[in-house]
Amino acid sequence: MLVLVTYDVNTLSDGGKKRLRQVARACEDWGQRVQFSVFEIELDPAQWTKLRARLESIIDAKTDSLRYYFLGTNWERRIEHVGAKPAKDLNGPLII
Amino acid sequence: MKKLLNTVYVTTEGAALKKDGENLVAEIEGSEKARVPLHMVASVVTFGPIFVSPALIGTCAERGITIALMDRIGRFQARIEGPVSGNVLLRRAQYRTADDAVDVVRSIVLGKLANQRAVIRRGLRDYGDEMAAPVRDALERASDRIEMILRRVQVKDDSIDLLRGAEGEAATLYFGVFNHLIRSPDATLHWTGRSRRPPLDPMNALLSFLYTLLTHDCRSACEAVGLDPAVGFLHRDRPGRPSLALDLMEELRAPLADRLALSLVNRRQLRAGDFRQMDNGAVLLTDEARKTVLTAWQERKKEERLHPFLNEKAPFGLVPYLQAQMLARHLRGDIEAYPPWFWS
Repeated sequence: MLVLVTYDVNTLSDGGKKRLRQVARACEDWGQRVQFSVFEIELDPAQWTKLRARLESIIDAKTDSLRYYFLGTNWERRIEHVGAKPAKDLNGPLII
Repeated sequence: MKKLLNTVYVTTEGAALKKDGENLVAEIEGSEKARVPLHMVASVVTFGPIFVSPALIGTCAERGITIALMDRIGRFQARIEGPVSGNVLLRRAQYRTADDAVDVVRSIVLGKLANQRAVIRRGLRDYGDEMAAPVRDALERASDRIEMILRRVQVKDDSIDLLRGAEGEAATLYFGVFNHLIRSPDATLHWTGRSRRPPLDPMNALLSFLYTLLTHDCRSACEAVGLDPAVGFLHRDRPGRPSLALDLMEELRAPLADRLALSLVNRRQLRAGDFRQMDNGAVLLTDEARKTVLTAWQERKKEERLHPFLNEKAPFGLVPYLQAQMLARHLRGDIEAYPPWFWS
Protein backbone atom coordinates (compact mmCIF):
# COMPACT_ATOMS: atom_id res chain seq x y z
CA MET A 1 0.00 0.00 0.00
CA LEU A 2 1.02 3.58 -0.46
CA VAL A 3 0.84 6.09 2.37
CA LEU A 4 1.34 9.77 1.86
CA VAL A 5 2.88 11.29 4.96
CA THR A 6 2.95 15.02 5.46
CA TYR A 7 4.12 16.80 8.54
CA ASP A 8 4.37 20.15 10.16
CA VAL A 9 6.96 20.42 12.88
CA ASN A 10 7.19 23.65 14.81
CA THR A 11 10.87 24.57 14.63
CA LEU A 12 10.51 27.51 17.00
CA SER A 13 9.59 25.36 19.96
CA ASP A 14 12.17 23.55 22.10
CA GLY A 15 14.13 20.95 20.11
CA GLY A 16 11.97 21.61 17.09
CA LYS A 17 14.77 21.45 14.57
CA LYS A 18 15.93 18.15 15.95
CA ARG A 19 12.43 16.68 15.73
CA LEU A 20 12.08 17.94 12.17
CA ARG A 21 15.31 16.20 11.19
CA GLN A 22 14.26 12.99 12.90
CA VAL A 23 10.84 12.93 11.26
CA ALA A 24 12.39 13.55 7.85
CA ARG A 25 14.95 10.83 8.50
CA ALA A 26 12.27 8.29 9.43
CA CYS A 27 10.28 9.05 6.30
CA GLU A 28 13.39 8.95 4.15
CA ASP A 29 14.26 5.52 5.49
CA TRP A 30 11.02 4.09 4.18
CA GLY A 31 9.98 6.17 1.24
CA GLN A 32 10.53 8.90 -1.22
CA ARG A 33 10.51 12.63 -0.57
CA VAL A 34 8.25 14.13 -3.20
CA GLN A 35 8.03 17.65 -1.81
CA PHE A 36 9.62 19.45 1.13
CA SER A 37 7.52 17.86 3.85
CA VAL A 38 5.63 15.31 1.80
CA PHE A 39 6.67 11.69 1.47
CA GLU A 40 5.27 8.83 -0.57
CA ILE A 41 5.88 5.62 1.28
CA GLU A 42 5.12 2.18 -0.08
CA LEU A 43 5.05 -0.57 2.50
CA ASP A 44 2.96 -3.36 3.94
CA PRO A 45 0.72 -2.90 7.00
CA ALA A 46 3.25 -4.43 9.39
CA GLN A 47 5.96 -2.10 8.20
CA TRP A 48 3.57 0.80 8.42
CA THR A 49 2.82 0.04 12.07
CA LYS A 50 6.52 0.21 12.78
CA LEU A 51 7.08 3.48 10.94
CA ARG A 52 4.00 5.03 12.44
CA ALA A 53 5.14 4.20 15.96
CA ARG A 54 8.53 5.69 15.19
CA LEU A 55 7.06 8.89 13.80
CA GLU A 56 4.66 9.36 16.67
CA SER A 57 7.37 8.86 19.23
CA ILE A 58 9.37 11.70 17.71
CA ILE A 59 6.86 14.49 17.44
CA ASP A 60 5.55 16.73 20.15
CA ALA A 61 1.79 16.47 19.79
CA LYS A 62 1.26 19.90 21.31
CA THR A 63 3.08 21.77 18.57
CA ASP A 64 3.60 19.38 15.64
CA SER A 65 1.26 17.45 13.39
CA LEU A 66 1.36 14.49 11.06
CA ARG A 67 -1.17 13.65 8.38
CA TYR A 68 -1.43 10.27 6.73
CA TYR A 69 -3.27 9.71 3.45
CA PHE A 70 -3.86 6.08 2.63
CA LEU A 71 -3.87 5.51 -1.11
CA GLY A 72 -4.27 1.74 -1.00
CA THR A 73 -2.72 -0.76 -3.35
CA ASN A 74 -4.02 0.72 -6.60
CA TRP A 75 -2.45 4.04 -5.92
CA GLU A 76 -0.86 4.46 -9.36
CA ARG A 77 -4.08 5.72 -10.86
CA ARG A 78 -4.72 8.19 -8.08
CA ILE A 79 -1.62 10.29 -8.45
CA GLU A 80 -0.84 12.89 -11.03
CA HIS A 81 2.19 15.05 -11.22
CA VAL A 82 2.61 18.44 -12.82
CA GLY A 83 5.78 20.49 -13.01
CA ALA A 84 9.32 19.99 -11.82
CA LYS A 85 10.85 17.13 -9.84
CA PRO A 86 8.72 14.18 -10.90
CA ALA A 87 8.90 11.28 -8.46
CA LYS A 88 10.81 8.11 -9.34
CA ASP A 89 8.85 4.92 -9.94
CA LEU A 90 10.55 2.63 -7.45
CA ASN A 91 8.68 -0.37 -8.85
CA GLY A 92 9.82 0.30 -12.38
CA PRO A 93 13.08 -0.95 -13.82
CA LEU A 94 15.94 0.28 -11.68
CA ILE A 95 18.92 0.35 -13.96
CA ILE A 96 21.79 2.54 -12.99
CA MET B 1 0.70 -13.42 -1.73
CA LYS B 2 4.30 -12.34 -1.55
CA LYS B 3 4.97 -9.02 -3.11
CA LEU B 4 7.22 -8.85 -6.14
CA LEU B 5 10.15 -6.81 -4.94
CA ASN B 6 12.42 -4.94 -7.24
CA THR B 7 15.88 -5.80 -8.46
CA VAL B 8 18.43 -3.05 -8.85
CA TYR B 9 20.75 -3.47 -11.83
CA VAL B 10 23.90 -1.40 -11.90
CA THR B 11 25.64 -1.22 -15.23
CA THR B 12 27.45 2.13 -15.10
CA GLU B 13 31.13 1.58 -14.65
CA GLY B 14 32.53 3.26 -11.58
CA ALA B 15 29.19 3.60 -9.84
CA ALA B 16 29.18 3.28 -6.06
CA LEU B 17 26.46 1.64 -4.00
CA LYS B 18 26.15 2.74 -0.42
CA LYS B 19 23.84 2.45 2.51
CA ASP B 20 22.25 5.57 3.90
CA GLY B 21 19.86 4.97 6.75
CA GLU B 22 17.52 2.31 5.41
CA ASN B 23 18.20 3.18 1.80
CA LEU B 24 20.35 1.89 -0.95
CA VAL B 25 21.98 4.90 -2.58
CA ALA B 26 23.70 4.74 -5.95
CA GLU B 27 26.27 7.39 -6.72
CA ILE B 28 28.01 8.13 -9.96
CA GLU B 29 31.05 10.36 -9.74
CA GLY B 30 30.01 11.51 -6.31
CA SER B 31 26.49 12.59 -7.18
CA GLU B 32 23.43 10.70 -6.06
CA LYS B 33 21.65 8.96 -8.95
CA ALA B 34 19.14 6.78 -7.14
CA ARG B 35 17.82 6.19 -3.66
CA VAL B 36 15.72 3.14 -2.94
CA PRO B 37 14.39 2.03 0.45
CA LEU B 38 15.77 -1.43 1.19
CA HIS B 39 12.39 -2.91 2.05
CA MET B 40 11.47 -2.61 -1.62
CA VAL B 41 14.51 -4.46 -2.90
CA ALA B 42 14.91 -8.22 -3.32
CA SER B 43 18.29 -8.28 -4.96
CA VAL B 44 21.09 -6.25 -6.46
CA VAL B 45 22.92 -7.22 -9.63
CA THR B 46 26.06 -5.38 -10.66
CA PHE B 47 27.88 -5.56 -13.98
CA GLY B 48 31.58 -4.83 -14.11
CA PRO B 49 33.59 -2.65 -11.73
CA ILE B 50 31.02 -1.32 -9.29
CA PHE B 51 31.80 -0.35 -5.72
CA VAL B 52 29.58 -1.85 -3.04
CA SER B 53 30.15 -0.49 0.44
CA PRO B 54 30.80 -2.88 3.32
CA ALA B 55 27.89 -1.38 5.25
CA LEU B 56 25.53 -2.17 2.39
CA ILE B 57 26.91 -5.69 2.03
CA GLY B 58 26.33 -6.29 5.74
CA THR B 59 22.77 -5.00 5.73
CA CYS B 60 21.85 -6.89 2.58
CA ALA B 61 23.23 -10.14 4.00
CA GLU B 62 21.25 -9.64 7.17
CA ARG B 63 17.98 -8.98 5.35
CA GLY B 64 18.29 -11.69 2.77
CA ILE B 65 18.88 -9.31 -0.13
CA THR B 66 21.28 -11.10 -2.43
CA ILE B 67 24.01 -9.26 -4.27
CA ALA B 68 25.19 -10.85 -7.48
CA LEU B 69 28.33 -9.62 -9.17
CA MET B 70 28.61 -10.13 -12.91
CA ASP B 71 31.53 -9.16 -15.08
CA ARG B 72 31.22 -6.54 -17.80
CA ILE B 73 29.73 -8.93 -20.29
CA GLY B 74 27.17 -10.35 -17.89
CA ARG B 75 28.89 -13.54 -16.83
CA PHE B 76 28.35 -14.59 -13.28
CA GLN B 77 31.29 -13.91 -10.99
CA ALA B 78 30.22 -14.00 -7.38
CA ARG B 79 27.28 -13.76 -5.12
CA ILE B 80 27.08 -12.37 -1.63
CA GLU B 81 24.64 -14.02 0.70
CA GLY B 82 23.85 -14.05 4.37
CA PRO B 83 23.57 -17.12 6.57
CA VAL B 84 21.93 -20.14 4.94
CA SER B 85 18.22 -19.96 5.51
CA GLY B 86 15.51 -22.57 5.49
CA ASN B 87 15.21 -25.60 7.60
CA VAL B 88 17.23 -28.77 7.77
CA LEU B 89 14.24 -31.03 7.37
CA LEU B 90 13.37 -29.58 4.00
CA ARG B 91 16.96 -29.86 2.84
CA ARG B 92 17.17 -33.44 4.00
CA ALA B 93 13.99 -34.24 2.12
CA GLN B 94 15.46 -32.59 -0.94
CA TYR B 95 18.65 -34.67 -0.77
CA ARG B 96 16.70 -37.89 -0.24
CA THR B 97 14.46 -37.14 -3.20
CA ALA B 98 17.44 -36.20 -5.35
CA ASP B 99 18.57 -39.81 -5.24
CA ASP B 100 15.36 -40.98 -6.81
CA ALA B 101 13.65 -38.07 -8.46
CA VAL B 102 11.84 -39.55 -11.44
CA ASP B 103 8.52 -37.93 -10.56
CA VAL B 104 9.92 -34.45 -10.13
CA VAL B 105 12.01 -34.77 -13.27
CA ARG B 106 8.94 -35.87 -15.21
CA SER B 107 7.04 -32.80 -14.03
CA ILE B 108 9.89 -30.51 -15.00
CA VAL B 109 10.20 -32.09 -18.45
CA LEU B 110 6.43 -31.94 -18.96
CA GLY B 111 6.43 -28.26 -18.09
CA LYS B 112 9.36 -27.52 -20.33
CA LEU B 113 7.95 -29.37 -23.34
CA ALA B 114 4.48 -27.91 -22.97
CA ASN B 115 5.91 -24.41 -22.77
CA GLN B 116 8.21 -24.90 -25.76
CA ARG B 117 5.23 -26.07 -27.72
CA ALA B 118 3.24 -23.08 -26.50
CA VAL B 119 5.90 -20.71 -27.83
CA ILE B 120 5.71 -22.35 -31.25
CA ARG B 121 1.90 -22.29 -31.22
CA ARG B 122 1.99 -18.67 -30.22
CA GLY B 123 4.14 -17.86 -33.25
CA LEU B 124 1.70 -19.74 -35.48
CA ARG B 125 -1.29 -17.99 -33.99
CA ASP B 126 0.22 -14.53 -34.34
CA TYR B 127 1.82 -14.73 -37.75
CA GLY B 128 0.76 -18.08 -39.19
CA ASP B 129 -1.28 -16.41 -41.92
CA GLU B 130 1.67 -14.45 -43.22
CA MET B 131 4.02 -17.43 -43.29
CA ALA B 132 4.96 -19.37 -46.39
CA ALA B 133 3.33 -22.80 -46.47
CA PRO B 134 6.54 -24.83 -45.90
CA VAL B 135 7.45 -22.67 -42.93
CA ARG B 136 4.04 -23.08 -41.39
CA ASP B 137 4.21 -26.81 -41.97
CA ALA B 138 7.60 -27.04 -40.33
CA LEU B 139 6.27 -25.25 -37.26
CA GLU B 140 3.13 -27.38 -37.16
CA ARG B 141 5.20 -30.52 -37.48
CA ALA B 142 7.59 -29.51 -34.71
CA SER B 143 4.68 -28.64 -32.48
CA ASP B 144 2.99 -32.00 -33.17
CA ARG B 145 6.13 -33.96 -32.55
CA ILE B 146 6.79 -32.17 -29.27
CA GLU B 147 3.21 -32.98 -28.38
CA MET B 148 3.88 -36.65 -29.11
CA ILE B 149 6.97 -36.69 -26.91
CA LEU B 150 4.90 -34.97 -24.27
CA ARG B 151 2.28 -37.73 -24.36
CA ARG B 152 4.92 -40.42 -24.29
CA VAL B 153 6.57 -38.83 -21.26
CA GLN B 154 3.23 -38.58 -19.55
CA VAL B 155 2.18 -42.22 -19.91
CA LYS B 156 5.38 -44.20 -19.89
CA ASP B 157 7.21 -44.84 -16.69
CA ASP B 158 10.59 -43.78 -18.00
CA SER B 159 13.87 -43.62 -16.18
CA ILE B 160 15.51 -40.26 -15.58
CA ASP B 161 17.95 -40.88 -18.41
CA LEU B 162 15.11 -41.52 -20.85
CA LEU B 163 13.43 -38.36 -19.64
CA ARG B 164 16.62 -36.45 -20.24
CA GLY B 165 16.67 -37.95 -23.71
CA ALA B 166 13.10 -36.83 -24.37
CA GLU B 167 14.02 -33.35 -23.23
CA GLY B 168 16.97 -33.28 -25.62
CA GLU B 169 14.83 -34.56 -28.47
CA ALA B 170 12.29 -31.80 -27.92
CA ALA B 171 15.03 -29.18 -27.65
CA THR B 172 16.39 -30.23 -31.04
CA LEU B 173 12.94 -29.90 -32.56
CA TYR B 174 12.29 -26.61 -30.88
CA PHE B 175 15.57 -24.95 -31.75
CA GLY B 176 15.30 -26.51 -35.21
CA VAL B 177 12.34 -24.27 -36.01
CA PHE B 178 13.33 -21.34 -33.81
CA ASN B 179 14.52 -19.37 -36.83
CA HIS B 180 10.98 -19.36 -38.23
CA LEU B 181 9.81 -17.42 -35.19
CA ILE B 182 12.22 -14.58 -35.87
CA ARG B 183 10.58 -11.97 -38.04
CA SER B 184 13.37 -9.46 -38.38
CA PRO B 185 14.57 -9.18 -42.00
CA ASP B 186 18.09 -8.59 -40.69
CA ALA B 187 20.30 -11.47 -41.81
CA THR B 188 22.66 -11.22 -38.84
CA LEU B 189 19.79 -11.82 -36.46
CA HIS B 190 19.03 -15.21 -37.91
CA TRP B 191 19.20 -18.37 -35.96
CA THR B 192 21.49 -21.19 -36.95
CA GLY B 193 21.59 -23.20 -33.75
CA ARG B 194 22.36 -22.85 -30.11
CA SER B 195 25.90 -21.85 -29.17
CA ARG B 196 27.15 -20.81 -25.78
CA ARG B 197 30.38 -20.18 -23.93
CA PRO B 198 30.77 -18.07 -25.91
CA PRO B 199 27.60 -17.31 -27.85
CA LEU B 200 28.61 -16.96 -31.49
CA ASP B 201 25.76 -14.91 -32.92
CA PRO B 202 23.43 -12.12 -31.75
CA MET B 203 20.41 -14.32 -30.95
CA ASN B 204 22.56 -16.64 -28.87
CA ALA B 205 24.13 -13.68 -27.10
CA LEU B 206 20.67 -12.38 -26.26
CA LEU B 207 19.42 -15.75 -25.04
CA SER B 208 22.50 -16.31 -22.92
CA PHE B 209 22.09 -12.94 -21.29
CA LEU B 210 18.41 -13.56 -20.52
CA TYR B 211 19.19 -17.04 -19.17
CA THR B 212 21.73 -15.48 -16.81
CA LEU B 213 19.07 -13.14 -15.47
CA LEU B 214 16.59 -15.99 -15.13
CA THR B 215 19.13 -18.21 -13.36
CA HIS B 216 19.72 -15.43 -10.89
CA ASP B 217 15.99 -15.18 -10.12
CA CYS B 218 15.54 -18.96 -9.90
CA ARG B 219 18.48 -19.29 -7.60
CA SER B 220 17.18 -16.56 -5.33
CA ALA B 221 13.80 -18.30 -5.35
CA CYS B 222 15.33 -21.61 -4.20
CA GLU B 223 17.14 -19.86 -1.45
CA ALA B 224 14.10 -17.88 -0.40
CA VAL B 225 12.08 -21.02 0.33
CA GLY B 226 15.01 -22.79 1.95
CA LEU B 227 16.00 -25.23 -0.77
CA ASP B 228 19.62 -25.96 -1.61
CA PRO B 229 20.15 -24.51 -5.10
CA ALA B 230 23.10 -26.82 -5.75
CA VAL B 231 21.26 -30.14 -5.50
CA GLY B 232 19.17 -30.73 -8.58
CA PHE B 233 17.05 -33.48 -10.01
CA LEU B 234 17.16 -33.15 -13.76
CA HIS B 235 20.62 -31.59 -13.72
CA ARG B 236 23.30 -33.74 -12.19
CA ASP B 237 25.28 -32.35 -9.29
CA ARG B 238 28.46 -30.62 -10.23
CA PRO B 239 30.59 -28.40 -8.01
CA GLY B 240 29.61 -24.78 -8.42
CA ARG B 241 26.60 -25.47 -10.58
CA PRO B 242 23.24 -24.27 -9.24
CA SER B 243 21.55 -27.46 -10.45
CA LEU B 244 18.23 -26.93 -8.72
CA ALA B 245 18.00 -23.37 -10.01
CA LEU B 246 18.62 -24.74 -13.49
CA ASP B 247 15.93 -27.38 -12.97
CA LEU B 248 13.46 -24.74 -11.91
CA MET B 249 14.42 -22.69 -14.90
CA GLU B 250 13.72 -25.37 -17.50
CA GLU B 251 9.99 -24.77 -17.69
CA LEU B 252 10.46 -21.00 -17.65
CA ARG B 253 13.13 -20.65 -20.32
CA ALA B 254 10.83 -20.73 -23.32
CA PRO B 255 8.02 -18.47 -22.11
CA LEU B 256 10.08 -15.98 -20.11
CA ALA B 257 13.43 -15.76 -21.87
CA ASP B 258 12.97 -17.09 -25.42
CA ARG B 259 9.65 -15.34 -25.89
CA LEU B 260 11.11 -12.05 -24.67
CA ALA B 261 14.12 -12.42 -26.96
CA LEU B 262 11.76 -12.94 -29.89
CA SER B 263 9.66 -9.93 -28.94
CA LEU B 264 12.70 -7.68 -28.67
CA VAL B 265 13.96 -8.69 -32.08
CA ASN B 266 10.59 -8.83 -33.81
CA ARG B 267 9.58 -5.43 -32.51
CA ARG B 268 12.96 -4.14 -33.76
CA GLN B 269 13.87 -2.98 -30.29
CA LEU B 270 17.15 -4.72 -30.95
CA ARG B 271 18.93 -4.59 -34.28
CA ALA B 272 22.18 -5.85 -35.68
CA GLY B 273 23.98 -2.73 -34.43
CA ASP B 274 23.15 -3.63 -30.83
CA PHE B 275 25.67 -6.44 -30.86
CA ARG B 276 29.39 -6.42 -31.28
CA GLN B 277 31.76 -9.18 -32.16
CA MET B 278 34.88 -9.84 -30.13
CA ASP B 279 38.18 -11.11 -31.50
CA ASN B 280 37.53 -14.66 -30.34
CA GLY B 281 34.26 -14.82 -32.25
CA ALA B 282 32.08 -14.25 -29.23
CA VAL B 283 29.14 -11.91 -29.76
CA LEU B 284 28.04 -9.57 -27.01
CA LEU B 285 25.33 -7.02 -26.38
CA THR B 286 26.44 -3.41 -26.36
CA ASP B 287 26.02 -1.44 -23.13
CA GLU B 288 23.05 0.47 -24.52
CA ALA B 289 21.36 -2.71 -25.72
CA ARG B 290 21.86 -4.34 -22.36
CA LYS B 291 19.86 -1.55 -20.78
CA THR B 292 17.09 -2.11 -23.30
CA VAL B 293 17.03 -5.80 -22.43
CA LEU B 294 17.08 -5.18 -18.68
CA THR B 295 14.21 -2.71 -18.97
CA ALA B 296 12.16 -5.13 -21.04
CA TRP B 297 12.96 -7.93 -18.60
CA GLN B 298 11.83 -5.91 -15.60
CA GLU B 299 8.65 -4.88 -17.40
CA ARG B 300 7.93 -8.47 -18.40
CA LYS B 301 8.31 -9.57 -14.81
CA LYS B 302 5.49 -7.27 -13.79
CA GLU B 303 2.99 -8.72 -16.26
CA GLU B 304 0.34 -10.77 -14.52
CA ARG B 305 -0.90 -14.19 -15.53
CA LEU B 306 -3.14 -16.72 -13.91
CA HIS B 307 -1.12 -19.39 -12.17
CA PRO B 308 -2.71 -22.63 -13.42
CA PHE B 309 -2.28 -24.62 -10.23
CA LEU B 310 -2.86 -21.96 -7.60
CA ASN B 311 -5.61 -20.40 -9.69
CA GLU B 312 -4.45 -16.99 -8.61
CA LYS B 313 -3.06 -14.11 -10.57
CA ALA B 314 0.66 -13.59 -10.18
CA PRO B 315 3.26 -11.47 -11.92
CA PHE B 316 5.76 -13.41 -14.06
CA GLY B 317 8.52 -12.31 -11.76
CA LEU B 318 7.04 -14.29 -8.89
CA VAL B 319 6.68 -17.53 -10.85
CA PRO B 320 10.16 -18.86 -9.97
CA TYR B 321 9.36 -18.19 -6.34
CA LEU B 322 5.95 -19.86 -6.50
CA GLN B 323 7.39 -22.88 -8.28
CA ALA B 324 10.14 -23.19 -5.69
CA GLN B 325 7.48 -23.08 -3.02
CA MET B 326 5.49 -25.77 -4.81
CA LEU B 327 8.57 -27.93 -5.03
CA ALA B 328 9.23 -27.46 -1.33
CA ARG B 329 5.65 -28.49 -0.56
CA HIS B 330 6.04 -31.60 -2.66
CA LEU B 331 9.33 -32.51 -0.99
CA ARG B 332 7.73 -32.08 2.40
CA GLY B 333 4.95 -34.39 1.31
CA ASP B 334 2.20 -31.77 1.45
CA ILE B 335 1.26 -32.22 -2.20
CA GLU B 336 1.44 -35.43 -4.17
CA ALA B 337 3.38 -34.18 -7.17
CA TYR B 338 5.27 -31.11 -8.27
CA PRO B 339 2.89 -29.18 -10.52
CA PRO B 340 4.72 -27.59 -13.46
CA TRP B 341 3.81 -24.10 -14.56
CA PHE B 342 2.10 -24.12 -17.91
CA TRP B 343 2.25 -20.95 -19.94
CA SER B 344 -0.67 -20.18 -22.16
